[in-house]
Amino acid sequence: MGSLQLKSIRKAFGTHDVLKGIDLDVQDGEFVIFVGPSGCGKSTLLRTIAGLEDVSSGSIRIDGQEVAGIPPAKRGIAMVFQSYALYPHLTVKDNMGLGLKQAGTEKAEIDTRVAKASGMLSLDPYLARRPAELSGGQRQRVAIGRAIVREPKLFLFDEPLSNLDAALRVQTRLEIAALHRRLKATMIYVTHDQVEAMTLADKIVVLNSGAIEQVGSPMELYNKPANIFVAGFIGSPQMNFIPAEKLDDTSAKTLGIRPEHISLSRDSGDWKGKVVHVEHLGADTIVYLETEVTGLLTVRLFGEHAYKPDDVVFATPDRERLHRFDSDDRAVAVHP
Amino acid sequence: MSKARSAPLRTALIHLALISYTLVALFPVFLTLVNSFKNRNAIFREPMSLPGPSTFSLIGYETVIAQGDFLGYFQNSLIVTVVSIALVLLFGAMAAFALSEYRFRGNTLLGLYLALGIMIPIRLGTVAILQGMVAAGLVNTLTSLILVYTAQGLPLAIFILSEFMRTVSDDLKNAGRIDGLSEYSIFFRLVLPLVRPAMATVAVFTMIPIWNDLWFPLILAPGEETKTVTLGAQMFIGQFVTNWNAVLSALSLAILPVMVLYVIFSRQLIRGITSGAVK
Ligand SMILES: Nc1ncnc2c1ncn2[C@@H]1O[C@H](COP(=O)(O)OP(=O)(O)OP(=O)(O)O)[C@@H](O)[C@H]1O
Ligand SMILES: [Mg+2]
Repeated sequence: MGSLQLKSIRKAFGTHDVLKGIDLDVQDGEFVIFVGPSGCGKSTLLRTIAGLEDVSSGSIRIDGQEVAGIPPAKRGIAMVFQSYALYPHLTVKDNMGLGLKQAGTEKAEIDTRVAKASGMLSLDPYLARRPAELSGGQRQRVAIGRAIVREPKLFLFDEPLSNLDAALRVQTRLEIAALHRRLKATMIYVTHDQVEAMTLADKIVVLNSGAIEQVGSPMELYNKPANIFVAGFIGSPQMNFIPAEKLDDTSAKTLGIRPEHISLSRDSGDWKGKVVHVEHLGADTIVYLETEVTGLLTVRLFGEHAYKPDDVVFATPDRERLHRFDSDDRAVAVHP
Repeated sequence: MSKARSAPLRTALIHLALISYTLVALFPVFLTLVNSFKNRNAIFREPMSLPGPSTFSLIGYETVIAQGDFLGYFQNSLIVTVVSIALVLLFGAMAAFALSEYRFRGNTLLGLYLALGIMIPIRLGTVAILQGMVAAGLVNTLTSLILVYTAQGLPLAIFILSEFMRTVSDDLKNAGRIDGLSEYSIFFRLVLPLVRPAMATVAVFTMIPIWNDLWFPLILAPGEETKTVTLGAQMFIGQFVTNWNAVLSALSLAILPVMVLYVIFSRQLIRGITSGAVK
């Protein structure tokens, strides 16, 4: 009941092209995440889907119906904003109920829906408070509650967790995941956070300066990035890129290898190098090497390791996990 | 904060400066009030002394109430001031909202044009305004004053309010749109309450020059029916004799309504500042 089709969506502010032809299909019930560097047009795309911003050209279909000219309130969507955007003069209950009230829903119906949403989000004790009397996490839950109450075909989230502290972010992330399982609604979610993207998404859409670089499941993007941009953007720490000629490889222009797919040894290996810096994270150890062949290399080892700066080590890549990119920065089709 | 507390000398100096400024500012008001309760001889012989049993006199107030229709003048001044403030706030806020919220061709240019009035005093156009009012048959009506004062107050109001409205979160307005609020409800129910402190500031800035103005009442509405308080008080100032008791009493009375309005607006100002949290 909540599919979404975007066809060659373009949007320009004056002469500045922000969206440059976006095509996307979202199935009913999917959890789709938009990621991309700051300023690439994620929020703008979300706002055009919501109808808060007109498109310059292209068509948007929600549930099979063309929505051009339909105001935001009638599109069957709900949106959660980064800054919560609660109405400061209304109580939590009225904040959640306002949309339905405007749509002329009966009071009894509003009350049941608000009660249901507040139960789901454990907001019952706060229904009579105003937003100023709530903590950040509670406010964000009210904002999510306000979206749930509308029972939309499509949920739109614009970086909903970025104002929360780390612990609360994890907790709210789990709540959103549970919510998606429970409501089986279609959700579109913008984030900067890799972990959010990888853990929540059925499908990730990687955007770069107004165009889609790749669409795929988290593991597809991780294992088979379509180009250097996606390869560098997904995964942390970032993939190592090595000019192919340094390795006498003629099948590609650039080779990529993820830090976790390189092993280290003190005695022997492919690339000899010197440790520059080590980060001990407990579960992981990140080692930065300067090797003779490849230059600076990031290596991620599991568990604790006693490497120190200036140690001489040998790095060996997992040949099966090498990524090859041609001179247009696209992935070379055959995966070895 | 803690720094200021740890330097009592600094705090004392700041307070000294503020107190002396307050004294300087209040002195004329004090002089007016005190002397309005004295008889004529006492005003001239000992202008600084408080009214004593021998010098106390209400003659000034009696003259004011007996001569002319002072209650009517007050009413005129109040009507003109309150209606003008209301119009300035309403139209100023609406124009400011349009300028800050909507992208349209000529937005910046229109904003500059509207702000031009801050730099060009409206009195330069007095002759044209008078001709216009004569042609429209509005001379000697309160409407003419209200129109002029609204025009006079709008530029600053638009300038201040549009700056404030730019700071109202876009997300909040968009949330309202998604919940189905009309642009009017967004303006009246979401934006206006959040810029209330700015509205109070604008109201105070608009009110004082209107209440004190002598120029336009004298030119546009000098008739007995439409006299304002400041114009009414002028009748006690003659070319040869000035009835100081009456002048001072009239001015003392004229302070009261502005003070009441000021207290109302400054309440709003303080309440707005302490309760405006968006996030
Ligand atoms: N109202 C506007 N007028 C002009 N340009 C705009 C407007 N809104 C956004 N832009 C421009 O559009 C581009 C995309 O903005 P957008 O907010 O969609 O980025 P984003 O991907 O959401 O970034 P972030 O991750 O920082 O939120 C930016 O370059 C921005 O400057
Ligand atoms: Mg954004």
